[in-house]
Amino acid sequence: MTIWIKGGELVDPVRGVVEESDIMVERGKISKILPRGAFLEAGPGLKIIDASGKHVVPGLVDMHVHLREPGEEYKETIATGAKAGVVGGFTSLACMPNTIPPNDCSSVTEFILSQAQKAGLARVYPIGAITVDQAGEVLTEFGDMKKAGVVGVSEDGYSVADSKLMRSAMEYARFHDLTVICHCEDMHLSAGGTMHEGVVSTRIGLPGIPAASEEIMVYREIALARLTRTPVHIAHVSTEESVNLIRRAREEGLPVTAETTPHYFHLDHNAVIGYDTRCKVNPPLRTPADVEAVKRGLSEGVIDVIATDHAPHSPMEKDLEFDRAACGMIGLETALPLTLALVKEGLFGMAEALRKLSYNPSRILGIPGGGLSTGSPADLSVIDADTEYTMKEEDFHSKSKNSPFIGVVLRGRNDLTMIGGKVVWQRDSTHIDRR
Amino acid sequence: MREFNHKDLLGMGQLSIEDIELILDTAGSLKIISSRDIKKVPTLRGKSVVHFFYEPSTRTKTSFEVAAKQLSADTVGLSASMSSIVKGETFIDTVRNIQAMNPDLIVLRHSSSGAPHLVAKQISASVINAGDGINEHPTQALLDLFTIREHKGRIRGLKVAIIGDISHSRVARSNIIGLTKMGAEVTVSGPPTMMPPGIDALGVKVRPDPQEAVKGKDVIMVLRIQLERQSKRIFPGVREYAEFFGLSTRLVELARKDVIVMHPGPINRGVEIDSDVADGPYSVILNQVSNGVAVRMALLYLLIGGTRSDNLD
Repeated sequence: MTIWIKGGELVDPVRGVVEESDIMVERGKISKILPRGAFLEAGPGLKIIDASGKHVVPGLVDMHVHLREPGEEYKETIATGAKAGVVGGFTSLACMPNTIPPNDCSSVTEFILSQAQKAGLARVYPIGAITVDQAGEVLTEFGDMKKAGVVGVSEDGYSVADSKLMRSAMEYARFHDLTVICHCEDMHLSAGGTMHEGVVSTRIGLPGIPAASEEIMVYREIALARLTRTPVHIAHVSTEESVNLIRRAREEGLPVTAETTPHYFHLDHNAVIGYDTRCKVNPPLRTPADVEAVKRGLSEGVIDVIATDHAPHSPMEKDLEFDRAACGMIGLETALPLTLALVKEGLFGMAEALRKLSYNPSRILGIPGGGLSTGSPADLSVIDADTEYTMKEEDFHSKSKNSPFIGVVLRGRNDLTMIGGKVVWQRDSTHIDRR
Repeated sequence: MREFNHKDLLGMGQLSIEDIELILDTAGSLKIISSRDIKKVPTLRGKSVVHFFYEPSTRTKTSFEVAAKQLSADTVGLSASMSSIVKGETFIDTVRNIQAMNPDLIVLRHSSSGAPHLVAKQISASVINAGDGINEHPTQALLDLFTIREHKGRIRGLKVAIIGDISHSRVARSNIIGLTKMGAEVTVSGPPTMMPPGIDALGVKVRPDPQEAVKGKDVIMVLRIQLERQSKRIFPGVREYAEFFGLSTRLVELARKDVIVMHPGPINRGVEIDSDVADGPYSVILNQVSNGVAVRMALLYLLIGGTRSDNLD
């Protein structure tokens, strides 16, 4: 069957253009890209997707999600997480290893991939742990995990405290051509903290986590990247000085890339006033100056990627005293509108937004996707950049609802997701919110 | 008639100057009950108060008990070790169960900052924060304000020094908010490891050296040094602390001649305060304890005594 995606504006982050083009999809691949109006025939066996007034974009790639399976299926499963992903416009998800048990060996990797296969929604790319049991002592079998399907390694949730071990991890990862993704946190300095240390933590009496606990480790990873010449990717950048450190490393030509998440450019530590545990994340929400620096980092290209750090938690972890509540918020279904808000602000254009949401993460992980060109797999989304709506709890497809964006008016959303030429999700009339 | 339009007392920040004056004036008229032969009035007969102490407390808990009983409220005490929390029930579920028994007011002491705010959102009963983590201890600040006013006749314009672990003290935070709101000038003092970042944003002066801090002050408030903090490596030990930050007679003499010395208790004699100061002529430490009962009676009366308007905040 041939599918004609008609009348939309095609966004190609590879060429950096937005143009009025139609796309033909055949046998799961993009067979033709034609200027609007160049293709006229209609006939049996031709399915038409009307994208008028919408943007056709490469399927979004989230290089930082927590799918919770195996072990915490009450929060999310690979199937529900993949569903939330495709609803949000994501066609590929890289899932972090901090499951129970952690993804620290090929059998866990294989299990994740088999569950993803069964779910049949987003493409799932597992990230392997750096050390066995994420205990920070013994390296995992990078090669064996890579054969099973991991596309990178990370100790997400922790930093590898031992610098010598981290050096070994980087050198060894280079041999296997695996990206090393670094969660940057000096765990001694952050110990006991529950929010960013600053005027707000002082005012509302919550123990603080200083920005330095992130920055120390960002600098260490940069120093180790210089030493080992291994590509390292800094996860969830949240402070001004982290952005500065990464900028300097890039100017020096070091193989350092970085991501941030929508909550670090939309929310600051004032959001915690009232002890809202949905705003408890790690790293913590920082100051308004940090938010501005993260945005600047995004607009200058110092921060390559917008990921979500989608972290589902149930009321059992969140309806608690602030210091006992778990860190993290869900993000797959709000990342697109929150990124489009930056386009609206004029921080960057549509093509650049898609670079950060699809092309750059694909390139960093070395996975397919991120572009729309003839012959490439038809992984794409049709997005409506203009519709305004109030995000409601029941709108989320994730099993968990821990989002501070519930009740917030958002603008722009995904309407259709296609993976390998198959429409895996489409907003039907019953799903359309009435304002 | 002045009205107290609050469902809960969670922190000093929510109170206006008028609210604070109303509480202190009410406490002033209720204080006499404690000195009568029959220390009981029927004001809160038929009202029930749950004292939920998730963290150990002697003074505050007893003070609330006495206050509630003198007003004839029925009281139930509950501690974390007695409650189902030890069986794994979450705090919020425990609270919902307590609410299902329809108390009029819950007095909550909890080790987590913000816990009373969480409770207040969940339930219709009034909530009094009897100390939450390192955040606030508003009834302590109110009894301190009462004690200061009783001794000095005013609060506005007074110079107050607070010495100790400002970072981890809910007493300090509540007093800073309350005193600055009432027009006092507050100076905080202590080692930099005990000074939270951005504390000056709360409108206080920072003078780490206590000799500078106490100079010319009307009130010196000493905070208890929590010995367990030593294991968290924020100070080397009590001996050195006593030498540099302990309140001695020599230090008190740098303040105004009519200075009063306060301490929220329990005191570590010879550590943050010398015995001759604690027991000396400047000390009002035991007055603070007596006044605590009056201030808590006032709060119980204002929150559940029937004068509360329906237009709640």
